[in-house]
Amino acid sequence: MNDPVSDPASDPVRDPDRDEEIYVAPQYKLVWWRFRRNRLAVAGLVVLGFLYLLAAFCEFWAPHTQDHYRAVYSYAPPQRIHVSFDGGVHFFVYGYKSRPDPETLLRTFTVDRSTRVPLRFFPRGETYQLWGLFGTDRHFFGPVKPGDPMYLFGADEQGRDLFSRLIYGSRISMSVGLVGVFLSLALGVLLGGISGYLGGITDNLIQRFIEFFMSIPTLPLWLGLAAAIPSGWGPITSYFAITIILSLMGWTGLARVVRSRFFQIRSEDYVLAAELDGVRRMRIIRRHMLPAFTSHVIASLTLSIPGMILGETALSFLGLGLQPPVVSWGVLLNDAQNVRVLSTAPWLLLSGAAVVVAVMALNFVGDGLRDAADPYES
Amino acid sequence: MGLYLLRRVLAMVPTVFLVSLVSFTIIQLPPGDFLDTVVANLSQQGQTIEPAQLAALRQRYALDQPMVVQYTTWITNIVTRGDFGQSMLYGKPVSELIGERLPLTLGLGVSVWLFGWAIALPAGIYSAVRKYSLGDYVLTSMAFVGIAVPGFLLALTVAFIQFRYFDKAVGGMFSPEYADAAWNLGKLLDFLDHLWLPVLVLSLGGIGGTIRVLRANLLDELRKPYVVTARSRGLSERRLLVAYPVRVALNPFIATVGWLIPALFDGEVLVSTVLGLETTGPLLLRSLESQDMYLAGSIIFIACVLTVIGTLISDILLVLVDPRVRAGYA
Repeated sequence: MNDPVSDPASDPVRDPDRDEEIYVAPQYKLVWWRFRRNRLAVAGLVVLGFLYLLAAFCEFWAPHTQDHYRAVYSYAPPQRIHVSFDGGVHFFVYGYKSRPDPETLLRTFTVDRSTRVPLRFFPRGETYQLWGLFGTDRHFFGPVKPGDPMYLFGADEQGRDLFSRLIYGSRISMSVGLVGVFLSLALGVLLGGISGYLGGITDNLIQRFIEFFMSIPTLPLWLGLAAAIPSGWGPITSYFAITIILSLMGWTGLARVVRSRFFQIRSEDYVLAAELDGVRRMRIIRRHMLPAFTSHVIASLTLSIPGMILGETALSFLGLGLQPPVVSWGVLLNDAQNVRVLSTAPWLLLSGAAVVVAVMALNFVGDGLRDAADPYES
Repeated sequence: MGLYLLRRVLAMVPTVFLVSLVSFTIIQLPPGDFLDTVVANLSQQGQTIEPAQLAALRQRYALDQPMVVQYTTWITNIVTRGDFGQSMLYGKPVSELIGERLPLTLGLGVSVWLFGWAIALPAGIYSAVRKYSLGDYVLTSMAFVGIAVPGFLLALTVAFIQFRYFDKAVGGMFSPEYADAAWNLGKLLDFLDHLWLPVLVLSLGGIGGTIRVLRANLLDELRKPYVVTARSRGLSERRLLVAYPVRVALNPFIATVGWLIPALFDGEVLVSTVLGLETTGPLLLRSLESQDMYLAGSIIFIACVLTVIGTLISDILLVLVDPRVRAGYA
């Protein structure tokens, strides 16, 4: 696709002083220089880095643990953080005044300006095990007194903090795409490579097979497979089962990219030279051909992660993917299925916003990588 | 043309065979066979089933035979008698259940397709002709958002806004007062009133993609010498644009009309579930939840077969529309 940002005329790397540098620069540097010119892609990369950092240390970033609940704060609305400057900088949120509705038994909350819940960095809260290695009770940010209500993104039905749960959910949602993509990578590179290197009947068969996979509706098939996951499986097993199901459908696009690059590179002079030198076939593929399309593979990998994230979200949203108590953005959205619930607690849609942000960031980075993937052209 | 058609139809046979294998595998995936589920369900409700009846059912689905025979029985019943089996969830033949809902799904699909093209084609052409104008930037960024926002999220948001601010309960295909009424003008208007939201939501992602691709294709075409030649010969801009470059740029879309069908089934499951439409998607979901596998497998099978037919249609359309393709096959 034509992207106005990657117009070669506006190349900042055309400084004559730097020509020398360009001639000797390794490929990854050339790719990086071109990638850097695409503002949207760089912004996307920053957002992605932030999200993965969030996912890696979610226990630390989140003010509460994922299952911490207080039923009195059922569907408490989001709070605003205030700053006061009397004697140093203090952060606080106002407390809630709540009154149960006699008919619906739902509590209605109002901001109570007379009570302040003081907040601070690195407070003590519930203890957690970071990566199962060491336990601590320090969190990044939270109420000074552990029991005080702090609901930056509001609470769900059981009074659990949506903000903390979103951060916890990022771990599953963001990693499903990564793990799934590596499974797809294995399948796609293997079959695409065989198809492109051998050509002929093998190629034809594999291509028909790929076309078949591409032409069947994905979601119904995902649903069918996901429904067959036994409910007795533990969270980790079903997580991997879901990931495998997602990647089963995701490898086809990648296999096509690999195949077409293989065809292109196979006719290059240096491959012929290596063949004439009597280099073995596997070595030609590994040493001479693979490096030439790594950047393309990475670009299409990035572009196939959003599909997997959306797939996991869709499956869990429909209740056939991951099941509570596992927390992912899709599982969180599952609570928001009902319009009546949404009208009481519209903030439940925030997990959807998280999905949109992640998907857009990945798309921008993928687009930028694709444009930068071949730094030698033009 | 006749020969080409024949070849294409024959090429469908192995694909449909593969598709049927996949669907049959899905039917077999849950532990135990279909009758175990029936018996379990009945005993849960405190009922029992006659051993004779059980044996008859076992005979009908060839459940005591090897897998190959089971598969053959299943596919033969479908092909020769249109018998997809029995839904134990609804206690009705599967074909009847699907027959009730499929027209709505397909009608939704056609509306989505027409609406999507009606919006996306002019927008894409405008975007390419007025490259880097304000309108182009607005359309391009809207296209990006349309691609990134999942349809069901959009459906939820719109449903919420309607419920909260317009005090209108969304869901279903008709308002309660029209649900059982015979067709008249009021019911038609009410139907259209319920239809626009799912159509809008379902077409948005496709519209985004179409605008992006059409813009790129058309930009490539507009650079070609024949456009300059035509312009220098004094052809009006409008004719110049519509007669050739747009026609060429549309080819990829005609070639992928068939892919709209899998996209429809993908998007429809979520959007219909959120908006409470009586289409095949929610039926599939419900059947999977209660492991009503003949129903689920049949819906998946029909969706796949329709996709294969869609690909055939787009191949035929391509031959009809593009003289270059026609020349290659005639």
